[in-house]
Amino acid sequence: MAGKVKDELLYDHNHDGIDRRGFLKCMAWAGTGAFCVIRGGVLRSYSMSRLAEMDPKEMTGELGFAQISDSHMGFNKAANPDVAATLKAAVDKINGLAVTPEFLLHTGDISHLSKPEEFDAVDQILKGAKPQDVFYVPGEHDVLNDDGKQFLERYGKGAKGAGWYSFDKKGVHFVGLVNVMNLKAGGLGTLGHDQLEWLEDDVKHLKHSTPIVVFAHIPLWSVYPEWGWGTEDSAQALSYLKKFGSVTVLNGHIHQTMQKVEGNVTFHTAASTAFPQPAPGKADSPGPMKVPAEQLKSVLGITDVNSVRGQQALGVVDSTLE
Amino acid sequence: MRRSVSGAVFTAVAILAMGVLGARANNSSLAMQAKAESTEVKIDNFSFTPATLTVSLGSTVTWTNRDDIPHTVVSADDPKVFKSKVLDTDEEFSFKFDKAGTYSYFCSIHPKMTGKVVVQ
Repeated sequence: MAGKVKDELLYDHNHDGIDRRGFLKCMAWAGTGAFCVIRGGVLRSYSMSRLAEMDPKEMTGELGFAQISDSHMGFNKAANPDVAATLKAAVDKINGLAVTPEFLLHTGDISHLSKPEEFDAVDQILKGAKPQDVFYVPGEHDVLNDDGKQFLERYGKGAKGAGWYSFDKKGVHFVGLVNVMNLKAGGLGTLGHDQLEWLEDDVKHLKHSTPIVVFAHIPLWSVYPEWGWGTEDSAQALSYLKKFGSVTVLNGHIHQTMQKVEGNVTFHTAASTAFPQPAPGKADSPGPMKVPAEQLKSVLGITDVNSVRGQQALGVVDSTLE
Repeated sequence: MRRSVSGAVFTAVAILAMGVLGARANNSSLAMQAKAESTEVKIDNFSFTPATLTVSLGSTVTWTNRDDIPHTVVSADDPKVFKSKVLDTDEEFSFKFDKAGTYSYFCSIHPKMTGKVVVQ
Protein backbone atom coordinates (compact mmCIF):
# COMPACT_ATOMS: atom_id res chain seq x y z
CA MET A 1 0.00 0.00 0.00
CA ALA A 2 2.87 2.33 0.83
CA GLY A 3 4.30 1.66 -2.60
CA LYS A 4 1.03 2.61 -4.20
CA VAL A 5 0.93 5.96 -2.42
CA LYS A 6 4.45 6.65 -3.59
CA ASP A 7 3.41 5.84 -7.17
CA GLU A 8 0.48 8.21 -6.95
CA LEU A 9 2.75 11.01 -5.81
CA LEU A 10 5.14 10.26 -8.62
CA TYR A 11 2.25 10.31 -11.06
CA ASP A 12 1.02 13.72 -9.83
CA HIS A 13 4.56 14.92 -9.93
CA ASN A 14 4.88 13.95 -13.56
CA HIS A 15 1.86 16.05 -14.40
CA ASP A 16 3.68 19.11 -13.24
CA GLY A 17 4.59 21.19 -16.31
CA ILE A 18 8.33 21.18 -15.77
CA ASP A 19 8.53 17.48 -15.17
CA ARG A 20 6.39 16.76 -18.17
CA ARG A 21 8.76 18.75 -20.35
CA GLY A 22 11.59 16.89 -18.70
CA PHE A 23 9.88 13.63 -19.53
CA LEU A 24 9.43 14.59 -23.19
CA LYS A 25 12.98 15.87 -23.37
CA CYS A 26 14.25 12.57 -22.04
CA MET A 27 12.39 10.77 -24.78
CA ALA A 28 14.46 12.55 -27.38
CA TRP A 29 17.56 11.13 -25.75
CA ALA A 30 19.24 8.59 -28.00
CA GLY A 31 20.64 5.33 -26.71
CA THR A 32 21.04 1.77 -27.84
CA GLY A 33 18.50 -0.98 -28.40
CA ALA A 34 18.47 -4.31 -30.18
CA PHE A 35 17.28 -5.72 -33.44
CA CYS A 36 16.99 -9.27 -34.69
CA VAL A 37 17.38 -10.78 -38.13
CA ILE A 38 16.08 -14.16 -39.14
CA ARG A 39 17.85 -15.91 -42.00
CA GLY A 40 16.97 -19.46 -42.99
CA GLY A 41 14.94 -19.87 -39.82
CA VAL A 42 17.77 -18.85 -37.52
CA LEU A 43 17.37 -15.72 -35.47
CA ARG A 44 20.28 -13.37 -34.93
CA SER A 45 20.18 -10.49 -32.52
CA TYR A 46 22.22 -7.30 -32.90
CA SER A 47 22.63 -4.18 -30.86
CA MET A 48 21.08 -1.06 -32.37
CA SER A 49 24.47 0.56 -32.16
CA ARG A 50 25.61 -1.88 -34.83
CA LEU A 51 22.97 -0.82 -37.33
CA ALA A 52 25.42 1.61 -38.91
CA GLU A 53 28.01 -1.13 -39.53
CA MET A 54 25.49 -3.45 -41.12
CA ASP A 55 25.21 -3.81 -44.87
CA PRO A 56 21.88 -2.09 -45.65
CA LYS A 57 21.29 -4.79 -48.28
CA GLU A 58 20.91 -7.28 -45.46
CA MET A 59 17.94 -5.30 -44.23
CA THR A 60 16.40 -4.56 -47.59
CA GLY A 61 14.06 -6.94 -49.35
CA GLU A 62 11.16 -6.74 -51.71
CA LEU A 63 8.74 -6.17 -48.90
CA GLY A 64 9.24 -4.26 -45.71
CA PHE A 65 6.66 -3.47 -43.08
CA ALA A 66 6.64 -2.36 -39.48
CA GLN A 67 4.81 -3.74 -36.46
CA ILE A 68 3.62 -1.61 -33.60
CA SER A 69 1.71 -2.90 -30.60
CA ASP A 70 -0.01 -2.13 -27.34
CA SER A 71 -0.37 1.63 -27.68
CA HIS A 72 -2.92 1.57 -24.79
CA MET A 73 -4.19 5.05 -25.63
CA GLY A 74 -5.89 6.36 -22.48
CA PHE A 75 -3.41 4.84 -20.02
CA ASN A 76 -2.09 7.63 -17.78
CA LYS A 77 -0.51 6.00 -14.76
CA ALA A 78 3.03 6.33 -13.43
CA ALA A 79 4.53 3.81 -15.86
CA ASN A 80 3.87 6.28 -18.69
CA PRO A 81 1.78 9.42 -18.20
CA ASP A 82 1.98 10.30 -21.89
CA VAL A 83 1.28 7.31 -24.14
CA ALA A 84 0.38 9.65 -27.02
CA ALA A 85 3.91 11.07 -27.00
CA THR A 86 5.52 7.61 -27.06
CA LEU A 87 3.24 6.48 -29.90
CA LYS A 88 4.23 9.63 -31.81
CA ALA A 89 7.87 8.76 -31.13
CA ALA A 90 7.23 5.32 -32.65
CA VAL A 91 5.73 6.98 -35.74
CA ASP A 92 8.78 9.29 -36.00
CA LYS A 93 11.01 6.23 -35.78
CA ILE A 94 9.06 4.53 -38.57
CA ASN A 95 9.21 7.67 -40.70
CA GLY A 96 12.96 7.82 -40.17
CA LEU A 97 13.67 4.27 -41.39
CA ALA A 98 16.03 4.04 -44.37
CA VAL A 99 13.39 2.12 -46.30
CA THR A 100 9.79 3.23 -45.84
CA PRO A 101 7.69 0.25 -44.72
CA GLU A 102 4.90 -0.53 -47.16
CA PHE A 103 2.37 -0.82 -44.35
CA LEU A 104 1.95 -1.11 -40.60
CA LEU A 105 0.64 -3.95 -38.49
CA HIS A 106 -0.89 -3.07 -35.14
CA THR A 107 -1.08 -6.17 -32.98
CA GLY A 108 -3.73 -4.91 -30.59
CA ASP A 109 -4.48 -3.02 -27.42
CA ILE A 110 -4.82 0.08 -29.55
CA SER A 111 -6.89 1.61 -26.75
CA HIS A 112 -6.77 1.16 -23.00
CA LEU A 113 -10.52 1.18 -22.26
CA SER A 114 -12.15 0.78 -25.72
CA LYS A 115 -13.27 4.42 -25.61
CA PRO A 116 -14.06 6.06 -28.98
CA GLU A 117 -11.81 9.02 -28.17
CA GLU A 118 -8.91 6.65 -27.50
CA PHE A 119 -9.27 5.00 -30.91
CA ASP A 120 -9.64 8.47 -32.47
CA ALA A 121 -6.39 9.64 -30.86
CA VAL A 122 -4.46 6.64 -32.23
CA ASP A 123 -5.97 7.08 -35.70
CA GLN A 124 -4.93 10.73 -35.64
CA ILE A 125 -1.33 9.94 -34.64
CA LEU A 126 -1.01 7.15 -37.21
CA LYS A 127 -2.14 9.58 -39.92
CA GLY A 128 1.31 11.09 -39.43
CA ALA A 129 3.03 7.84 -40.45
CA LYS A 130 4.47 7.58 -43.96
CA PRO A 131 2.88 4.16 -44.48
CA GLN A 132 -0.84 4.83 -44.67
CA ASP A 133 -2.06 1.25 -44.74
CA VAL A 134 -2.51 -0.13 -41.23
CA PHE A 135 -3.71 -3.67 -40.52
CA TYR A 136 -5.13 -4.32 -37.06
CA VAL A 137 -6.06 -7.19 -34.81
CA PRO A 138 -7.80 -6.49 -31.50
CA GLY A 139 -6.30 -6.82 -28.05
CA GLU A 140 -8.49 -7.55 -25.03
CA HIS A 141 -8.50 -3.83 -24.21
CA ASP A 142 -10.12 -3.05 -27.58
CA VAL A 143 -13.20 -5.24 -27.11
CA LEU A 144 -14.36 -4.19 -23.63
CA ASN A 145 -18.06 -3.83 -22.85
CA ASP A 146 -19.38 -4.43 -26.40
CA ASP A 147 -17.85 -7.78 -27.46
CA GLY A 148 -15.74 -6.00 -30.03
CA LYS A 149 -18.55 -4.34 -31.99
CA GLN A 150 -16.82 -0.98 -32.11
CA PHE A 151 -13.49 -2.53 -33.08
CA LEU A 152 -15.13 -4.35 -35.99
CA GLU A 153 -16.88 -1.19 -37.19
CA ARG A 154 -13.64 0.79 -37.12
CA TYR A 155 -10.99 -1.70 -38.20
CA GLY A 156 -12.64 -4.95 -39.21
CA LYS A 157 -14.54 -4.07 -42.39
CA GLY A 158 -14.57 -7.16 -44.57
CA ALA A 159 -13.11 -9.33 -41.82
CA LYS A 160 -14.64 -12.63 -40.78
CA GLY A 161 -16.12 -13.48 -37.38
CA ALA A 162 -14.63 -11.40 -34.57
CA GLY A 163 -12.22 -9.73 -37.01
CA TRP A 164 -9.93 -12.37 -38.55
CA TYR A 165 -8.78 -12.03 -42.17
CA SER A 166 -5.93 -12.67 -44.56
CA PHE A 167 -4.26 -10.78 -47.41
CA ASP A 168 -1.34 -11.17 -49.78
CA LYS A 169 1.52 -8.75 -50.34
CA LYS A 170 4.23 -9.50 -52.89
CA GLY A 171 3.95 -13.24 -52.49
CA VAL A 172 3.75 -13.22 -48.69
CA HIS A 173 0.48 -14.46 -47.16
CA PHE A 174 -0.57 -12.52 -44.05
CA VAL A 175 -3.13 -13.88 -41.60
CA GLY A 176 -4.61 -11.71 -38.84
CA LEU A 177 -6.11 -13.79 -36.01
CA VAL A 178 -8.26 -12.84 -33.02
CA ASN A 179 -7.54 -14.62 -29.72
CA VAL A 180 -9.01 -12.19 -27.19
CA MET A 181 -12.71 -13.05 -27.38
CA ASN A 182 -14.75 -15.30 -25.06
CA LEU A 183 -11.89 -15.86 -22.64
CA LYS A 184 -12.73 -18.49 -20.03
CA ALA A 185 -12.06 -18.32 -16.28
CA GLY A 186 -8.54 -19.51 -15.54
CA GLY A 187 -7.79 -19.87 -19.24
CA LEU A 188 -5.51 -18.40 -21.89
CA GLY A 189 -6.17 -16.70 -25.23
CA THR A 190 -8.60 -18.56 -27.46
CA LEU A 191 -9.04 -18.77 -31.23
CA GLY A 192 -12.13 -20.97 -31.20
CA HIS A 193 -13.56 -23.55 -33.56
CA ASP A 194 -14.93 -21.21 -36.25
CA GLN A 195 -11.68 -19.33 -36.66
CA LEU A 196 -9.59 -22.51 -36.73
CA GLU A 197 -11.83 -23.94 -39.43
CA TRP A 198 -11.49 -20.74 -41.43
CA LEU A 199 -7.71 -20.79 -41.06
CA GLU A 200 -7.43 -24.38 -42.25
CA ASP A 201 -9.41 -23.46 -45.34
CA ASP A 202 -7.58 -20.17 -45.88
CA VAL A 203 -4.13 -21.76 -46.22
CA LYS A 204 -5.16 -25.06 -47.79
CA HIS A 205 -4.56 -24.07 -51.41
CA LEU A 206 -1.36 -22.08 -50.91
CA LYS A 207 1.97 -23.35 -52.22
CA HIS A 208 4.32 -24.77 -49.60
CA SER A 209 6.88 -22.19 -50.61
CA THR A 210 4.62 -19.26 -49.72
CA PRO A 211 6.04 -17.31 -46.77
CA ILE A 212 3.37 -17.02 -44.07
CA VAL A 213 3.09 -14.22 -41.52
CA VAL A 214 0.51 -14.78 -38.79
CA PHE A 215 -0.26 -11.89 -36.45
CA ALA A 216 -2.44 -11.89 -33.34
CA HIS A 217 -2.46 -10.06 -30.02
CA ILE A 218 -1.80 -12.74 -27.39
CA PRO A 219 1.27 -14.90 -28.11
CA LEU A 220 0.51 -18.08 -30.07
CA TRP A 221 3.18 -19.89 -28.09
CA SER A 222 3.34 -20.61 -24.42
CA VAL A 223 5.38 -17.68 -23.09
CA TYR A 224 4.16 -17.87 -19.50
CA PRO A 225 0.77 -19.53 -18.95
CA GLU A 226 0.81 -18.54 -15.25
CA TRP A 227 0.19 -14.96 -16.40
CA GLY A 228 -2.10 -15.99 -19.24
CA TRP A 229 0.62 -15.42 -21.82
CA GLY A 230 -0.33 -18.08 -24.32
CA THR A 231 -3.23 -19.32 -26.46
CA GLU A 232 -5.20 -22.49 -25.59
CA ASP A 233 -5.70 -23.77 -29.11
CA SER A 234 -2.65 -22.33 -30.87
CA ALA A 235 -1.19 -25.81 -31.47
CA GLN A 236 -4.10 -26.65 -33.74
CA ALA A 237 -3.67 -23.40 -35.66
CA LEU A 238 0.03 -24.10 -36.13
CA SER A 239 -0.68 -27.66 -37.29
CA TYR A 240 -2.33 -26.14 -40.39
CA LEU A 241 0.91 -24.28 -41.14
CA LYS A 242 3.27 -27.26 -40.88
CA LYS A 243 3.58 -27.72 -44.63
CA PHE A 244 5.02 -24.25 -45.18
CA GLY A 245 8.72 -23.64 -45.31
CA SER A 246 8.62 -20.26 -43.60
CA VAL A 247 6.14 -19.22 -40.94
CA THR A 248 6.57 -16.11 -38.81
CA VAL A 249 4.22 -15.40 -35.91
CA LEU A 250 4.02 -11.81 -34.66
CA ASN A 251 2.34 -11.03 -31.35
CA GLY A 252 2.06 -8.25 -28.77
CA HIS A 253 0.37 -8.37 -25.35
CA ILE A 254 3.43 -9.01 -23.16
CA HIS A 255 5.03 -5.55 -23.70
CA GLN A 256 8.53 -6.88 -24.31
CA THR A 257 10.42 -8.44 -27.17
CA MET A 258 10.92 -12.17 -27.17
CA GLN A 259 11.77 -14.64 -29.90
CA LYS A 260 11.63 -18.38 -30.31
CA VAL A 261 12.27 -20.72 -33.23
CA GLU A 262 10.38 -24.00 -33.36
CA GLY A 263 10.84 -26.02 -36.54
CA ASN A 264 9.59 -23.96 -39.46
CA VAL A 265 7.99 -21.37 -37.17
CA THR A 266 9.63 -18.28 -35.76
CA PHE A 267 7.70 -16.61 -32.94
CA HIS A 268 8.21 -13.01 -32.12
CA THR A 269 6.61 -10.61 -29.66
CA ALA A 270 6.83 -6.84 -30.04
CA ALA A 271 7.40 -4.22 -27.37
CA SER A 272 4.62 -1.85 -26.41
CA THR A 273 4.66 1.76 -27.52
CA ALA A 274 3.11 2.62 -24.12
CA PHE A 275 4.67 0.86 -21.11
CA PRO A 276 6.88 -2.14 -20.40
CA GLN A 277 5.83 -5.25 -18.47
CA PRO A 278 8.11 -7.48 -16.38
CA ALA A 279 9.85 -10.56 -17.74
CA PRO A 280 7.85 -13.75 -17.08
CA GLY A 281 7.75 -14.55 -13.37
CA LYS A 282 10.09 -11.69 -12.47
CA ALA A 283 7.38 -9.82 -10.53
CA ASP A 284 4.32 -10.64 -8.45
CA SER A 285 2.05 -9.75 -11.35
CA PRO A 286 2.32 -8.69 -15.00
CA GLY A 287 1.41 -5.08 -14.11
CA PRO A 288 3.04 -2.04 -15.78
CA MET A 289 6.73 -1.73 -14.99
CA LYS A 290 7.74 1.66 -13.71
CA VAL A 291 11.10 2.66 -15.14
CA PRO A 292 12.80 6.06 -14.86
CA ALA A 293 11.60 8.41 -17.61
CA GLU A 294 15.04 8.54 -19.20
CA GLN A 295 14.96 4.76 -19.62
CA LEU A 296 11.38 4.46 -20.82
CA LYS A 297 12.12 4.75 -24.50
CA SER A 298 14.72 2.02 -24.34
CA VAL A 299 12.03 -0.48 -23.38
CA LEU A 300 9.37 0.67 -25.85
CA GLY A 301 9.59 0.04 -29.52
CA ILE A 302 8.62 -0.89 -33.03
CA THR A 303 9.38 -3.91 -35.15
CA ASP A 304 10.46 -3.59 -38.76
CA VAL A 305 9.97 -6.76 -40.74
CA ASN A 306 11.63 -7.25 -44.08
CA SER A 307 10.71 -10.03 -46.41
CA VAL A 308 13.34 -11.14 -48.87
CA ARG A 309 11.55 -12.68 -51.81
CA GLY A 310 12.70 -16.14 -52.77
CA GLN A 311 14.69 -16.70 -49.62
CA GLN A 312 11.68 -18.02 -47.75
CA ALA A 313 12.71 -16.23 -44.63
CA LEU A 314 11.75 -13.01 -42.97
CA GLY A 315 14.18 -10.68 -41.34
CA VAL A 316 12.77 -9.27 -38.14
CA VAL A 317 14.35 -6.13 -36.80
CA ASP A 318 13.45 -4.75 -33.39
CA SER A 319 14.33 -1.24 -32.52
CA THR A 320 13.57 0.67 -29.38
CA LEU A 321 12.17 4.19 -29.42
CA GLU A 322 15.52 5.67 -28.47
CA MET B 1 -37.94 -16.41 -12.04
CA ARG B 2 -37.37 -19.43 -9.82
CA ARG B 3 -34.15 -17.87 -8.54
CA SER B 4 -35.76 -14.63 -7.43
CA VAL B 5 -38.66 -16.38 -5.68
CA SER B 6 -36.40 -18.72 -3.70
CA GLY B 7 -34.06 -15.76 -3.08
CA ALA B 8 -36.91 -13.84 -1.54
CA VAL B 9 -37.77 -16.83 0.65
CA PHE B 10 -34.16 -17.15 1.80
CA THR B 11 -34.00 -13.42 2.51
CA ALA B 12 -37.17 -13.64 4.57
CA VAL B 13 -35.74 -16.58 6.54
CA ALA B 14 -32.50 -14.68 7.08
CA ILE B 15 -34.34 -11.61 8.37
CA LEU B 16 -36.41 -13.81 10.73
CA ALA B 17 -33.25 -15.53 11.97
CA MET B 18 -31.57 -12.19 12.59
CA GLY B 19 -34.63 -10.98 14.45
CA VAL B 20 -34.63 -14.05 16.71
CA LEU B 21 -30.90 -13.77 17.40
CA GLY B 22 -31.18 -10.06 18.01
CA ALA B 23 -33.95 -10.59 20.54
CA ARG B 24 -31.92 -13.24 22.33
CA ALA B 25 -28.59 -11.47 22.68
CA ASN B 26 -27.13 -8.17 21.59
CA ASN B 27 -23.69 -9.73 21.02
CA SER B 28 -25.02 -12.16 18.43
CA SER B 29 -26.76 -9.35 16.65
CA LEU B 30 -23.52 -7.35 16.54
CA ALA B 31 -21.66 -10.38 15.24
CA MET B 32 -24.19 -10.77 12.45
CA GLN B 33 -23.88 -7.12 11.61
CA ALA B 34 -20.08 -7.33 11.46
CA LYS B 35 -20.33 -10.37 9.20
CA ALA B 36 -22.76 -8.59 6.90
CA GLU B 37 -20.36 -5.64 6.59
CA SER B 38 -17.34 -7.65 5.37
CA THR B 39 -18.50 -7.78 1.79
CA GLU B 40 -15.63 -5.98 0.11
CA VAL B 41 -13.31 -7.53 -2.44
CA LYS B 42 -10.19 -5.60 -3.35
CA ILE B 43 -8.75 -5.93 -6.84
CA ASP B 44 -5.05 -5.21 -6.85
CA ASN B 45 -1.84 -6.58 -8.33
CA PHE B 46 -3.81 -8.81 -10.74
CA SER B 47 -5.70 -10.62 -7.96
CA PHE B 48 -8.96 -10.61 -6.00
CA THR B 49 -8.61 -10.31 -2.21
CA PRO B 50 -9.97 -12.29 -0.49
CA ALA B 51 -9.94 -14.90 -3.25
CA THR B 52 -12.85 -16.62 -1.50
CA LEU B 53 -15.36 -14.42 0.29
CA THR B 54 -18.10 -15.92 2.45
CA VAL B 55 -21.19 -13.78 2.98
CA SER B 56 -24.66 -14.25 4.38
CA LEU B 57 -27.64 -14.50 2.12
CA GLY B 58 -28.90 -11.20 0.77
CA SER B 59 -25.50 -9.49 1.08
CA THR B 60 -24.29 -7.02 -1.48
CA VAL B 61 -20.68 -7.59 -2.42
CA THR B 62 -18.62 -4.68 -3.72
CA TRP B 63 -15.47 -5.09 -5.76
CA THR B 64 -13.12 -2.08 -5.96
CA ASN B 65 -10.28 -1.88 -8.45
CA ARG B 66 -7.15 -0.59 -6.71
CA ASP B 67 -4.86 -1.69 -9.54
CA ASP B 68 -3.37 0.64 -12.14
CA ILE B 69 -4.79 -1.61 -14.88
CA PRO B 70 -8.49 -2.07 -15.68
CA HIS B 71 -10.22 -5.28 -14.66
CA THR B 72 -13.69 -6.83 -14.80
CA VAL B 73 -15.76 -9.02 -12.49
CA VAL B 74 -17.58 -11.68 -14.50
CA SER B 75 -19.47 -14.75 -13.31
CA ALA B 76 -17.91 -18.02 -14.53
CA ASP B 77 -21.30 -19.74 -14.61
CA ASP B 78 -23.34 -20.35 -17.72
CA PRO B 79 -25.55 -18.37 -17.96
CA LYS B 80 -23.57 -15.62 -16.24
CA VAL B 81 -25.03 -14.58 -12.88
CA PHE B 82 -23.31 -11.17 -12.94
CA LYS B 83 -21.02 -9.21 -15.25
CA SER B 84 -19.44 -5.83 -14.54
CA LYS B 85 -18.51 -3.22 -17.08
CA VAL B 86 -14.77 -2.63 -17.28
CA LEU B 87 -13.53 -1.12 -14.00
CA ASP B 88 -10.77 1.44 -14.30
CA THR B 89 -8.67 2.37 -11.28
CA ASP B 90 -10.84 3.12 -8.20
CA GLU B 91 -14.08 2.12 -9.92
CA GLU B 92 -16.51 -0.26 -8.18
CA PHE B 93 -18.99 -2.96 -9.01
CA SER B 94 -21.66 -4.32 -6.64
CA PHE B 95 -23.91 -7.35 -6.81
CA LYS B 96 -26.56 -8.56 -4.36
CA PHE B 97 -26.60 -12.31 -3.71
CA ASP B 98 -30.16 -13.50 -3.16
CA LYS B 99 -29.52 -17.23 -3.45
CA ALA B 100 -27.23 -19.50 -1.44
CA GLY B 101 -24.42 -21.20 -3.28
CA THR B 102 -20.85 -20.84 -4.51
CA TYR B 103 -20.31 -18.28 -7.22
CA SER B 104 -17.08 -18.50 -9.21
CA TYR B 105 -15.99 -15.41 -11.10
CA PHE B 106 -12.99 -14.07 -13.03
CA CYS B 107 -11.60 -11.04 -14.81
CA SER B 108 -12.56 -11.41 -18.46
CA ILE B 109 -9.54 -9.29 -19.49
CA HIS B 110 -7.07 -11.34 -17.43
CA PRO B 111 -8.79 -14.72 -17.06
CA LYS B 112 -6.05 -16.08 -14.80
CA MET B 113 -7.57 -13.82 -12.13
CA THR B 114 -10.28 -15.87 -10.43
CA GLY B 115 -12.29 -15.64 -7.21
CA LYS B 116 -15.29 -17.11 -5.41
CA VAL B 117 -18.19 -15.81 -3.37
CA VAL B 118 -19.76 -18.34 -1.02
CA VAL B 119 -23.28 -17.31 -0.04
CA GLN B 120 -24.68 -19.03 3.08
